[in-house]
Amino acid sequence: MTGVPYTIEVHELTKSFSGVVAVDHLSFSISKGEIFGLVGPDGAGKTTVMRMLAGVMAPDSGGAVVAGCDVVASPESAKQRLSYMPQRFGLYEDLTVDENIGFYAKIFGVKAAARDERAARLLAAAGMSEFRSRLAGKLSGGMKQKLGLVCALIHTPEVLLLDEPTNGVDPVSRRDFWCILYSLLNEGVTILVTTAYLDEAERCHRIALMHEGRMLFCDTPARLKANLPGAVLSIVTSQPREISERLAGQSGVSSVMIVGDGLHLMVGDAATLIPQLKEIIAAAGLSYESIEQVAPTVEDLFVEAVTGTMRGMEQ
Amino acid sequence: MIGRLRHMLIKEFIQVFRDKRARFFLFGPPIIQMLIFGYAATLEIKHVPTAIVDYDNSQVSRDLISRFTASRYFDVRHRLADSRQIAAVIERGDAVLAIQINAGFARRVRKGQVAHVQVIVDSSNSNTALVGLGYVNEVTGAFAGDYQLETLQRTSPLAIARMPKIVLDRRPWYNTDMSSQWFFVPGVIGNLLLVIVMTLTAFAVVREREIGTLEQIMVTPIRRAEFILGKTIPFFLIGLFDALLISSVGTLWFKVPLRGSLAVLTLGTVLFLFCVLGIGLFISTVSLTQQQAMVTGFFFIMPSIIFSGFGSPISSMPTFLQYLTYINPMRYYQTVLRGIYLKGVGLEALWPHLAAMALIGGVMLTISILRFHKSLE
Repeated sequence: MTGVPYTIEVHELTKSFSGVVAVDHLSFSISKGEIFGLVGPDGAGKTTVMRMLAGVMAPDSGGAVVAGCDVVASPESAKQRLSYMPQRFGLYEDLTVDENIGFYAKIFGVKAAARDERAARLLAAAGMSEFRSRLAGKLSGGMKQKLGLVCALIHTPEVLLLDEPTNGVDPVSRRDFWCILYSLLNEGVTILVTTAYLDEAERCHRIALMHEGRMLFCDTPARLKANLPGAVLSIVTSQPREISERLAGQSGVSSVMIVGDGLHLMVGDAATLIPQLKEIIAAAGLSYESIEQVAPTVEDLFVEAVTGTMRGMEQ
Repeated sequence: MIGRLRHMLIKEFIQVFRDKRARFFLFGPPIIQMLIFGYAATLEIKHVPTAIVDYDNSQVSRDLISRFTASRYFDVRHRLADSRQIAAVIERGDAVLAIQINAGFARRVRKGQVAHVQVIVDSSNSNTALVGLGYVNEVTGAFAGDYQLETLQRTSPLAIARMPKIVLDRRPWYNTDMSSQWFFVPGVIGNLLLVIVMTLTAFAVVREREIGTLEQIMVTPIRRAEFILGKTIPFFLIGLFDALLISSVGTLWFKVPLRGSLAVLTLGTVLFLFCVLGIGLFISTVSLTQQQAMVTGFFFIMPSIIFSGFGSPISSMPTFLQYLTYINPMRYYQTVLRGIYLKGVGLEALWPHLAAMALIGGVMLTISILRFHKSLE
């Protein structure tokens, strides 16, 4: 690990608000050109981490280095080299798309020629070229977020901090958004993104799961799934609630989660458990279409980790 | 530095002038309010609604009553037959004053005895009551004087020549007609500038905080000073323009003379605007929402006007409150406004007031800038 030039290094970062710990001795490192996802439920402390890394909030203790700048000791130093997109749309709704881009370009000291070239390219990628003279307030939710991204990228930052950038954004805009993010990786930009969408988490090189200010685990999605103890069973049924009541708490079943077409169960040994479960369901007079072992998703990981942590706390 | 500030200013001006309503708010209400204040803000008491009960019904009592009806200070609306009707008339607010002349009034006057006239006054507005009583006193005093003179003329005309007399030669300086419009119009300039510029400044910053643009702009390399200057310079310029606008209404419409130097007036206005911008910024640092900013603004506006000598004179206030007025920039600006408009005095008389505003403005701006952190805490 030593000697590797990380672009973002977070060490024992801690922050509390009037006695409540929001971020609890958090440490992680992100390499140049990596897209790193910070995943966790609301209130996990994700936004607080982002604000501290962006230099707009001072931590109680711990340190963070972003693009070679110590953002705790000198929060202004990294601002030219990073870009932070807050969760709330933070652009001027009474300025047009072009005026917003122009304003941020000028604040960052981007030359006019570079700005025009870059704005044209980014707007085209975002599918927004024809809306340049529209007021930002008149854009749809997805367009606003894409405009936010364009403004955040206009000064060619080395590090991009995105706080739930696709929250409430339609699927098409979300796809545009991720296309732009992937194209940035080729330019060597390092991206830290928080998301509540677990399908988006799978698109990251590495993800860290945060819960109540602490990191539960951090690795590539593939390795995390491979290391998941036990297996995931999928029961396709039209009676998910009734079945989940019967199966919750059964020995060998560590968690039950209702999904679109039925249930996901986290179990110890799939092969021995499937016949037992079939019997229980049949005995209760309930029906199902299929029970089979499936590959775990990030959502399964996440639910298992959070419920596992809570079980641990109860004991 | 200059580059970023310039772009911040361009952005602010685009935002201010893009919104039709905001555009009107900047220049419409100041003129309208100046007109309203100019006509309505007055200390003069005229046409006091009056009721009269005359039980004497004599030549003498009618003579006295005619003096009231002839005076522009009284508006005799009710001639009541019964004194028990007085209460109802005053309760309804149809009359503020009731004058009752009892039977035997003329007889006592002719006999040279003490004759009583009863005055009932609605003193819920103490000022009107006081001034109204004064007028009644003046009318009855003059009436009595004339009667005494007449009697003397009949009985001992020689004594009249030996009667000592004191005549007051009134020389009202600066405002010869003692028009309260002349007194108020320059003062209103201060009030309007305070309300408009303070509110606009406080709202402009708080709005950025409320809608989330402040968080976005804090992660840019913009410096604190650039952001604050970018936010205040537009309102400073708008304030100066509004001052020009409302003082033009005062001079051209209300014909209040501008006797002193325009340069000193401008200097005073600039210094006062520094104070107001400082207060506006201060409000923005203690308010998270525009609603909070509005409530905090009220907290500043009312005392600023009351403790400035705009309406009630500072010398009538309790001593400890008089000391409090020294930290009120409006107090100095009112003195400067009236000094330049009506008295026509210049720097030689006004420099202490200008210096006080410079000091207060400097302190307020410094506190506000220090309180404005480029962070979210």
